[in-house]
Amino acid sequence: MRRSRLLTLFIYGSLLLLAVFYLIPIYVLVVNALKDYREVSVEAMWRLPQNLTLASFAKAWNGDPTTGMQGLGQNFLNSVYLVVPAVILSVFLGSINGYVLAHWRFRGSEVLFFLLLFGMFIPYQSVLIPLVKLLMAIGLYGSIPGLILAHVVYGIPITTLIFRNYYAQIPRELSESAQIDGAGVLGVYRYVIVPLSAPGTVVAVIWQFTQIWNDFLFGVVITNKPSVQPITVALNNLAGSFIVEWNVQMAGALLAALPTLLIYILMGRYFIRGLLAGSVKG
Amino acid sequence: MRRYRLVAFALIAPSVLLIIVFVYGFIGWTTWLSLTNQNDIIVPQVRFVGLENYIRLFHNLRFLIDLKNTLIFALLFIPGSLVLGLAGALLLNSGIRYEGVFRTIFLMPMALSFIVTGVVWRWLMNPSSGLNLMFDALGLGFLKNGWYTDPSIGIKAIALAAVWQLSGYTMALYLAGLRAIPKELYEAAQVDGASQWQFFRFVTFPLLTPVTLSAVIVLGHISLKIFDLVVAVAGISGGPAFSSDVPALYMFVTTFQANRFAQGGAISIILLMMVSFLVIPYLSWSLRREATE
Repeated sequence: MRRSRLLTLFIYGSLLLLAVFYLIPIYVLVVNALKDYREVSVEAMWRLPQNLTLASFAKAWNGDPTTGMQGLGQNFLNSVYLVVPAVILSVFLGSINGYVLAHWRFRGSEVLFFLLLFGMFIPYQSVLIPLVKLLMAIGLYGSIPGLILAHVVYGIPITTLIFRNYYAQIPRELSESAQIDGAGVLGVYRYVIVPLSAPGTVVAVIWQFTQIWNDFLFGVVITNKPSVQPITVALNNLAGSFIVEWNVQMAGALLAALPTLLIYILMGRYFIRGLLAGSVKG
Repeated sequence: MRRYRLVAFALIAPSVLLIIVFVYGFIGWTTWLSLTNQNDIIVPQVRFVGLENYIRLFHNLRFLIDLKNTLIFALLFIPGSLVLGLAGALLLNSGIRYEGVFRTIFLMPMALSFIVTGVVWRWLMNPSSGLNLMFDALGLGFLKNGWYTDPSIGIKAIALAAVWQLSGYTMALYLAGLRAIPKELYEAAQVDGASQWQFFRFVTFPLLTPVTLSAVIVLGHISLKIFDLVVAVAGISGGPAFSSDVPALYMFVTTFQANRFAQGGAISIILLMMVSFLVIPYLSWSLRREATE
């Protein structure tokens, strides 16, 4: 089935059109974030900057005491303090669960897996009120550790799914021969499974990092003080404020997007594997 | 052997316990709450009121608008993402040059948060800037409109931003589906003298049906849960005349700003029931399908 020249033209034309569609918002973000405040006007949105400047990034990060504008710097760090422990914990739990569900099936383990997976799809609104009450009762409401707890718990279904599917590909003979050599449940995990875990772990880490970094709902509900809010919540407040010029808003949005965007560009393959795992049957 | 199983179960017990409490226990708690009169911070006497909070919702104009908006959103967002995703996947899979570059661009929005997307699209759909300016410059002035600031458009503008953000998801699904089609099928069709269209119509398309089903379920449940994007584009008020409002946003405002906990709980339980209706059959189907393989 050789291709006519016309069809080739059509294919590349369509590809370029699609690329333009997906790049337009990115273009607007980058171009306007690099503009001087004097160049910024709604009419000039599409124009390239005449003088490149990083001033709007500085302002988005530090804020502006003269107008009382809060910078995003602290919130960026809050997101880092949130993401690192939350990712480590939820990936660790997912790895253990995935190992058990893939290699030690017991009666009812299918039902258990179903009950775990359902937790991935629920609208979190249906658990938010009790979650807030519980966090208040144990003194974690309005704090980053409270937010970490929420992300670890509600991250269990997806990390378990990723690891279960990944470990299911490890041949049973490997764990069985380790058992014959006297390894128990923990021994098999430690000496057979963990050394083979790297690719699955990368997928789970990238997925959880992106999800938690980009989360807004838990952040806006659990953290009420600007000083502990993650960057998504702070960015939304910044963008909703009328005193903030929109080159600064664009710079703030780019700052908020940078970590996940970098990971995506550098390790996109693993990101897409996580994406496919989320549809249950990858 | 039995001792092994015991150890194995002990290993997942903490996670199982957390999920039982934080998912199922909390859903039970919210359900109970939604059946009481706790519609203030301090309620002197907590009373069971049956379905009162639910009945009130179905007489509430804002909630009815929200349901209609959810439907409109789903009807634009799901087909939009399917068509764009399938088209992109077919193009990427047609043996082109620079496939990696195009794929990276097409799926890039997936790495961004709804808030970042919302902040940009709010400006792109600003009536006196963004896309309207571009339409003017391209001589397409008739396409200019008020986007999310126009009450007759509202949620449709949000759906556009959502298609931009999530069509990459369906594209990735379709691309994986296309790659899984064995090369032999293609060669056999060539021997039989099938045209490219016939191959697509009778081989590719039927093989992609399970992918389409997965995508519809996932996109459908996102349509029910959409929240961040509406907040970032139209704001917490849900736009003029609630034209961009959705149940998840109404739940948030009712619960955490108006302190009407029972009412907010009722909205969230309705949302949960709609999601379950979609997801439970799908989950049991895909787990059963996996077990028979």
